[in-house]
Amino acid sequence: MLTQLKETVELEEFLKFDRVTKSYGSLKAVDDVTLTIRRGEIFSILGPSGCGKTTLLRMLAGFDTPDSGRILLDGEDITEQLPNVRKVNTVFQNYALFPHMTVRENIAFGLKLKHLPRKVIDQEVDKMLAMIQMEGCAHKKPNQISGGQKQRTAIARALIMKPRVLLLDEPLAALDLKLRQRMSLELSLIHDEVGITFMYVTHDQNEAMSISDHIAVMHDGRVEQVGTPAEIYEAPRTSFVAAFIGDTNFFDGRISEVVDSEYCWLDVPELPPLLCFNDKKKAKGDLVHVSIRPEKFSISVDRPQIGPKQNVLPATVEDIVYQGDHTRYWVSIAPDWRVAVTRQHNRFMLDERSITWGDKVFISWQSDDGFMLERYSEKDEDLLQMPPQLPGDEPVPEAPPPASEAQSGEEEGK
Amino acid sequence: MSMRRSHFPAILTWTVILFFYVPILLLVVNSFNANRQGTVWMGFTFRWYHELFSAKGRDIWRALSNTLIVATLSTVISTFLGTCAAFALHKYKSRLQNFHYCLIYTPLVVPEILIGISLLIFFIALKVELGLATIVLAHATFCTSYVAMAVLSRLQDFDMTILEAARDLGASRWVTTWKVLVPIILPGIFAGALLAFTLSIDDFVITFFVNGPGTTTLPIQIQGMIKRGAMTMINALSTLLLAITFLVILGCQLIMKRSQRNAG
Repeated sequence: MLTQLKETVELEEFLKFDRVTKSYGSLKAVDDVTLTIRRGEIFSILGPSGCGKTTLLRMLAGFDTPDSGRILLDGEDITEQLPNVRKVNTVFQNYALFPHMTVRENIAFGLKLKHLPRKVIDQEVDKMLAMIQMEGCAHKKPNQISGGQKQRTAIARALIMKPRVLLLDEPLAALDLKLRQRMSLELSLIHDEVGITFMYVTHDQNEAMSISDHIAVMHDGRVEQVGTPAEIYEAPRTSFVAAFIGDTNFFDGRISEVVDSEYCWLDVPELPPLLCFNDKKKAKGDLVHVSIRPEKFSISVDRPQIGPKQNVLPATVEDIVYQGDHTRYWVSIAPDWRVAVTRQHNRFMLDERSITWGDKVFISWQSDDGFMLERYSEKDEDLLQMPPQLPGDEPVPEAPPPASEAQSGEEEGK
Repeated sequence: MSMRRSHFPAILTWTVILFFYVPILLLVVNSFNANRQGTVWMGFTFRWYHELFSAKGRDIWRALSNTLIVATLSTVISTFLGTCAAFALHKYKSRLQNFHYCLIYTPLVVPEILIGISLLIFFIALKVELGLATIVLAHATFCTSYVAMAVLSRLQDFDMTILEAARDLGASRWVTTWKVLVPIILPGIFAGALLAFTLSIDDFVITFFVNGPGTTTLPIQIQGMIKRGAMTMINALSTLLLAITFLVILGCQLIMKRSQRNAG
């Protein structure tokens, strides 16, 4: 019982960022971040460039020191430790392989510094080469191997040190799409094989979603939300998380009535009242922001039969993007208000009468499928995907630009 | 109808040969010419080589050894200083660094005669006796700039995260410098050193101002002998230097080819 308890504690607090802050000049790169990473998991830090994720990683690797706060690894304070003493190793974004050494020498570098017997080093390096399937390239220099091979070499070079945490700084960013997908799978396999805690920094939500046990979404130096990929996607706390991961639609309105303490009626300007799941226990009159993912909507030409917990809205199809496995519709539900709707093609599509531009349709959704946000910022709407603008779609300028007007006036004067 | 081919490339080629290589060839031929004036061919002889290696050539050899001493010392000094300067310029970025960069860069564009005169005035003001030491100092001064530029260009291509990678893998600062940084930028340092050595051997103008009695370098010695019309030994010496230069270059290329084959 006691050992079990101890294990849980270890599991909970293997690596901890405790109120870490770091500024560069007046810019707060990392602002009071507290994170807990469990032993053996893949923990991703996800965010747009400049959100502070790389700074966080550099502080864990020891290349930067926090202005305040502590970093604890398995209970030990490593905040001030030099990078060459820390039992963490990094896979750099551009791999940072030593150009004057062969693949084998690169991988052996760390062990050689430990002055291990040559035989032991050779054995370990051989094991690593076998794991990354690069026995044939051991004698090559970094400029003679492909991007994927460089990537594998960089991973092997770090893993051979048997780090307590392996840091990966956008490790797939430099690879092309197909290779990226394959390497992401390989990374998972390597993780399963070595069982080392991975801390993975990326700006690519798909990468983070597919590889991680937990994700911390960062924005402007702060952690917006920590959770499993499903939690982050299904229950975003803020409009930033909702808009940065996947795509969504925002509905802003005031609660007009609370129903059954679980639901509420929402008054949204220009729309009929909408029934919403009220998990935040908001009261009548509160302003709330609801995020509804495009795939939560159903779209149909005929008015659907709806249940008591469903909403339905009439809409007009404005844009259609066929993507093979699904189609993305942009429909307008009010003047100047488009929402994104996704429809999965689980049936053979050619059998149905397809929905086309300008069709009057109905979109419906379960009120439980919308999610109330804790915090909303209007500028996060910019992160949303917008329908492709066709040349004909551009709004006609109401008045000709003043410059050309002046010019034409001048010509008339002549 | 065939197009008439332009004669321009051929003319250009012959012009280059005429102005670059014929004079050198003439010098080589004259070193074996029995005619002291070298105006007409008067038969083959090794006499000038004999003279060069006899007591008559003692001044030349002293000048050559002075030149080599100066070149070696100033190369060592300027390579060390220039490399340090390049590192400092590359690593730290600030407004002040732009000024430092100008300080290093300016000697490359300032006329040599200006450097020579100013150094002479400087040495005299400090009451430093002119001699080998002043020549070494003068050469090291301007060579430092060349070395710094050569190393800096190598550093600019260098990815600094490689140093972080080495630290990350357990290397101390010292080990990182010697096992990673220096091997990678060594070609830049080497190129800088070679440049410094060549410039020092060649230099006439600056040396002319700062040399002292009995510390003549080869270019100055040659210039003096030409004034006295003693061309013969110079021709012989020049031919020897030419041969040595070719041999060194040939050796370098052989080594490079071999190391390339080993790498590939």
